[in-house]
Amino acid sequence: MASTAPRPYQNEDRRRGLRIFQSHFVTGLAVLATVLVVAPLVAIFGYLLFKGASSLTWAFFTQIPKPVGEVGGGMGNAILGSGIILGIGSVIGVPIGIAAGIYLAEFGRGTKLANAVRFTADVLNGVPSIVVGMSVYALIVMREKHFSAWSGGVALGIMMIPTITRTTEEMLLLVPHPIREAALGLGLPNWRSVLSITLPTASAGIITGCMLAFARVAGETAPLIFTAFGNAFWSHRLDQPIAALPLQIYIYAISPYDDWHRLAWAGALVLIVLIVISVALVRYAAGRAVLKGAG
Amino acid sequence: MPHAVSAEGGSEPPSPFLSPIRIFLNSRGDAALTDRVFAGLMLLSALSIFAIVIFILRQLIGSSQLSLHAFGWHFFFRSAWDPVSGDFGALPFIYGTVVSSLLALIIAVPLAVGTAVFITEMCPRFLRQPLSFLTELLAAIPSVVYGLWAIFVLLPLLRDRVNPVLIKTLGWTGFFSGYNLGNGMLAAGVILAIMILPLISSITREVMTAVPSNQREAALALGATRWEMIRVGVLRNARIGIVGGVILGLGRALGETMAVAMVIGNTPHISKSLLDSGYSMASVIANEFAEASDDMYRSALIEIGLALFIVTILVNGLARLLVWAVTRGAPARAH
Repeated sequence: MASTAPRPYQNEDRRRGLRIFQSHFVTGLAVLATVLVVAPLVAIFGYLLFKGASSLTWAFFTQIPKPVGEVGGGMGNAILGSGIILGIGSVIGVPIGIAAGIYLAEFGRGTKLANAVRFTADVLNGVPSIVVGMSVYALIVMREKHFSAWSGGVALGIMMIPTITRTTEEMLLLVPHPIREAALGLGLPNWRSVLSITLPTASAGIITGCMLAFARVAGETAPLIFTAFGNAFWSHRLDQPIAALPLQIYIYAISPYDDWHRLAWAGALVLIVLIVISVALVRYAAGRAVLKGAG
Repeated sequence: MPHAVSAEGGSEPPSPFLSPIRIFLNSRGDAALTDRVFAGLMLLSALSIFAIVIFILRQLIGSSQLSLHAFGWHFFFRSAWDPVSGDFGALPFIYGTVVSSLLALIIAVPLAVGTAVFITEMCPRFLRQPLSFLTELLAAIPSVVYGLWAIFVLLPLLRDRVNPVLIKTLGWTGFFSGYNLGNGMLAAGVILAIMILPLISSITREVMTAVPSNQREAALALGATRWEMIRVGVLRNARIGIVGGVILGLGRALGETMAVAMVIGNTPHISKSLLDSGYSMASVIANEFAEASDDMYRSALIEIGLALFIVTILVNGLARLLVWAVTRGAPARAH
């Protein structure tokens, strides 16, 4: 027996070497994967800065697009239009989203209905934006027989609701119970307790959720193609077609003109800076004080 | 409804649903009324989420009647697309959507899982936050910016560097042949892969962090190497959630519109070659809907939208159920 013992140990040693090698090999693969994932990000931001920054002039923010062949021009009207559409979207999406979140966290906690609402919100989050645009087209544009700014706002508002609902709920769930109990114990009616105690406690988190939803729809193009439609001139009327930044980027990107390509890069840079700032703010706020005075 | 406030040392057990305080408050006249109105308003907002889904479904079904009646089920198996003579079929678009999405999954899944494994299990602590922030940024870039980048950077890269190699080495399979213009199915797959990576990666990270750490400790205590610990202790426990994340990514890829419309080539035909141009369901809507003047044309496009809606609802629903099955009962989410 004793004479046969060393051989298995030798095999063990060889196998262990193999296993350790395998482990290092997989670690290497994981590092490679991470590098490959970060690479396009760096490439995209690099190109945006490289191509976009040189075309960013004051005129870009103040002028409207010039006809092909004329140098210069800007996307002022598109930036204004995006602002208006996003404003309408927020007016629709934020209150409904927050209220639905309040229901999920404060009233329906654990009920079947709340679970169904939560599930539907998650599923709605994954519905292609173009489908939302289409149904708003069928509802508003087909009926009014023309494209309009407010139909674009409605489409974006609908898309904001599920995101805001879910983050509001998650933030409210973080509020500790004693805070609610203290409010009720002081004789506040429930609605007062929710609106003046629970909601403000979670406000930092809820605001970040709203900004996240805002940043997400700010770059949406697909639902605007046949609702807001785009406009080559200044327009602030809600019942008329209106320009929007992502829409303008799309039109310029697929055009064959170099001048327009430059403007598209500049527009994309502006859009991305807005979005990155809000995402970074969200990270900062979420990492810091999600709950005021509690935690 | 807030949970029952347990009366400390009280002899009578409080009602399971209403605390004594709540019963008292409910009995106060106007507070009871405003409370009920408030709760009703919140409930209404929550129900509006159902209403949105029903609204979308009704609008899409209502506006696609013409094409539904004219073509029936055959709509999805015909490859005619002739707006002039009013003859429509969705097969080329379905083919384009499915092929580009599957291509995206093939590219994205190994990378996303690899990144998630690296971030949650391997990387030094100080890199964890910046890396997850970077992958999150990738998710925040709008579709149209991806499309812009793809047109001016990715397509030339594929055309000049990648495709010639593919044609030379794999041309005999028939998947990589034909004109090499840069755009087409492969380009769509690559850009989709970049776009769904962060989603799959973040879900994978979420389910991997949900695996209790004693699973890892047990594996290590038995003498497992790091990779064996990850494979046996983490990935095996998280696999259902990872599959959920992958399906979620598939749902995102199926509905992705702008970036695909900008690179896929936009020609409604079916070709075996991945270098050939194609068309996807979402991009045909984006390109042609605003100009669709006659009713049958518009109705056919809306029917494609309806199909897309139903498919993404089913895919997303399935994915959510899988992710929930894993993360339910897990401690607070950690990104």
